[in-house]
Amino acid sequence: MNADFTAEELAFQDEVRKFLQNEFPADLKAKVDASVRLDKDDMVRWQKILFKKGWAAPTWPVEYGGTGWSHTKTHIFATEMGLYGAPEPIPFGMKMVAPVIMAYGSEEQKQRFLPDILESNAWWCQGYSEPNAGSDLASLKTAAVREGDEYVVNGSKTWNTLGQYADWIFCLVRTDNTVKKQEGISFLLIDMKTPGITIKPIVLLDGFPEVNEVFFDNVRVPAENLIGEENKGWTYAKVLLTHERTNIAGVPRGKRRLKALKRIARETEDGFGASMLQNASFKQRLAEIEIELRALEYSELRTLAALSVGKAPGPESSILKIVGTELAQKMDEMFVELAGYNCLPFVPDQFEPGFDGDAIGPGDSASAALTYFNNRKLSIFGGSNEIQRNIITKAVLGL
Amino acid sequence: MDFSYTEVQQMLQDSVQKFVQKSYDFDTRNKIIGSETGYSADNWQLFAELGWLAVPFSEEDGGLGGSAVDLMVIMEEFGKANLVEPYTATAVLGGSLVANLATGEQKETLLRGIIGGELQIAPALAEPNGRYNPASVATTATAEGDQIILNGTKIAVENGPNADILLVSARESGEIRDVDGISVFAVEAGSPGVKIRKYRTVDGKQAAEVTLDQVSVAASNRLGEAAAALPGIESALNRSIVAVSAEAVGALEVLLQKTVEYSKTRKQFGTAIGTFQALQHRMADMFIQCQLARSIVIMAAMSLDSDESSVEKGKAVAAAKSRVGKAIKSVGQESIQIHGGIAMTEELDVGHLFKRVTALDLAYGDGDYHTQRFAAL
Repeated sequence: MNADFTAEELAFQDEVRKFLQNEFPADLKAKVDASVRLDKDDMVRWQKILFKKGWAAPTWPVEYGGTGWSHTKTHIFATEMGLYGAPEPIPFGMKMVAPVIMAYGSEEQKQRFLPDILESNAWWCQGYSEPNAGSDLASLKTAAVREGDEYVVNGSKTWNTLGQYADWIFCLVRTDNTVKKQEGISFLLIDMKTPGITIKPIVLLDGFPEVNEVFFDNVRVPAENLIGEENKGWTYAKVLLTHERTNIAGVPRGKRRLKALKRIARETEDGFGASMLQNASFKQRLAEIEIELRALEYSELRTLAALSVGKAPGPESSILKIVGTELAQKMDEMFVELAGYNCLPFVPDQFEPGFDGDAIGPGDSASAALTYFNNRKLSIFGGSNEIQRNIITKAVLGL
Repeated sequence: MDFSYTEVQQMLQDSVQKFVQKSYDFDTRNKIIGSETGYSADNWQLFAELGWLAVPFSEEDGGLGGSAVDLMVIMEEFGKANLVEPYTATAVLGGSLVANLATGEQKETLLRGIIGGELQIAPALAEPNGRYNPASVATTATAEGDQIILNGTKIAVENGPNADILLVSARESGEIRDVDGISVFAVEAGSPGVKIRKYRTVDGKQAAEVTLDQVSVAASNRLGEAAAALPGIESALNRSIVAVSAEAVGALEVLLQKTVEYSKTRKQFGTAIGTFQALQHRMADMFIQCQLARSIVIMAAMSLDSDESSVEKGKAVAAAKSRVGKAIKSVGQESIQIHGGIAMTEELDVGHLFKRVTALDLAYGDGDYHTQRFAAL
């Protein structure tokens, strides 16, 4: 039993580190370090740098332009990216729709869509949730009715992340009302420029419209944009939801943030003549967080080791999701606690690109509350943590 | 990276499992606890024959050169069986104190006795006011000619009632909690001035409060060098902490499994209680706790087997004990709660496992103590 990397893996780790130091643009690094949001151009620029290096799609097979890395190498790559603060690709194209197209799409669809995803020429967004279909996703109502060579789509999707940037949306639509709800769903790719689509931003608690509602009013979609067979969409969707939950635990990001917590705690007075880092109560809780991060890291490594010897990713990813998100949220609380009064100024502009005024509050303390608010999403999205517990209940405990 | 057991570890696991299945059911365990000595001498001889008592020791010390991971494998199975034999006291903590501190000559007799199953050891480290800090030693050791005179009180001396030898930490110089000045002495249990107040622990093991009143031992009973034992004690404790943490992981796993099984058969309101989501999610959380505890014990065992610094090892072990303590409280309490009243009775093994893991939480420092230790290191 050992958690060591091989010499080849260590060399690769070194290569990734050097690449990040040399190639991750300094202006983006500065933004990340100052908690300034990256905009679309920033993210696309970084993705194209990765593409040039041949590292845009670590989890794709080589034949589609992936890296062909082992699970361990993919893990090393994600870890180094996270530790350095380099953003992961926006998952909707690369990690969500692409695997579905690869598995169930036609040859033509693969050639049409995959290269643009790989090169970050097309921005994808997700059309899953609806106002009345959240955790019970299969009860979705957005309808697609076949008329000749087209589907006519009516309905609305919500919690559509960064759809304001998107060129394409992948949607689950209802194509049969007369059967069991899971059996009447199809998987449809829709061009966001199609007439009849309107997009309405939803401003979240941190003041940023990170998500949208998308309305479909008699939107005509070519039937060739259907993935696989009609009414089989639920099967494809489930594959997507369980596919490649690499880095779901967020350990590297957790490590980065732990370091930041310690730094800020050292610089912050506790009001009783010591620093927050020396404050008995805070110190104890900080230690608990660090210990939890270790337990999480080794749980992830155990999962990874199992994957590496060919075992299927099981309900372990549910554990990683629950523990990882709860830990991240605990850290959010601690950032707020450290910031104290300094998290009160609501000046979201200063964390947006292009802000050149005087920031209020020391360092990034004013972002603490905003991050805390925004990250409440972590335990809700991607299958709420309660849904993850249902998965464990069924798949592991057999209840 | 590889988290699978080696062939030898697999064999070790199989052999402990086989023993437990054949010779350690609930009733047998209760009989052993109720016996005069509170452990089975036959089992102990079997442990010696099977080589389990040799696992913790290096080959040059006459052992099998077992790693911390090997020890973890054994202890997890012991934990599942809720074993009461004093393996940790004699072979792990006691044995490691000898292995870490003793001279070659001392090892010769003591380790041979331990490995052969002829010698029972009781490490006597904890004191009434010391909590879990091994440096908090008020027991004194004063030289008088060739003899050393020991005075003090030791508590929670595991295996005290059955021990041939007590391994007593005592202060030769310095103030309480000073790092320097501590030695460990091998004291024969029957020595004049040694008073052993036996008791059975809440989890069915044998322990004692030991008072030392002008106990005279030869200077040659001091293990190794004078006044420099603390690092060796800490290292022995690190190993023991991994051992009891692994034992807890085994016990917690059984608690989870029994709770889930029970929830499938116990019917209320016309249906199995396991169909209630309020209970399902709590059992899912128990599973998560078990997995995190297992992960962090593996981390700590691998750290002890690595060439990391002693500070890193200490941190890894403290992290494990802290995290396992949390899992113990939640899985232990939930298993009682979900079983309901039946788990409050002596007739179900669930309550006994609950008591065991509660004692394991305290062993060598509870979760809070080790969280503090982690933060301080």
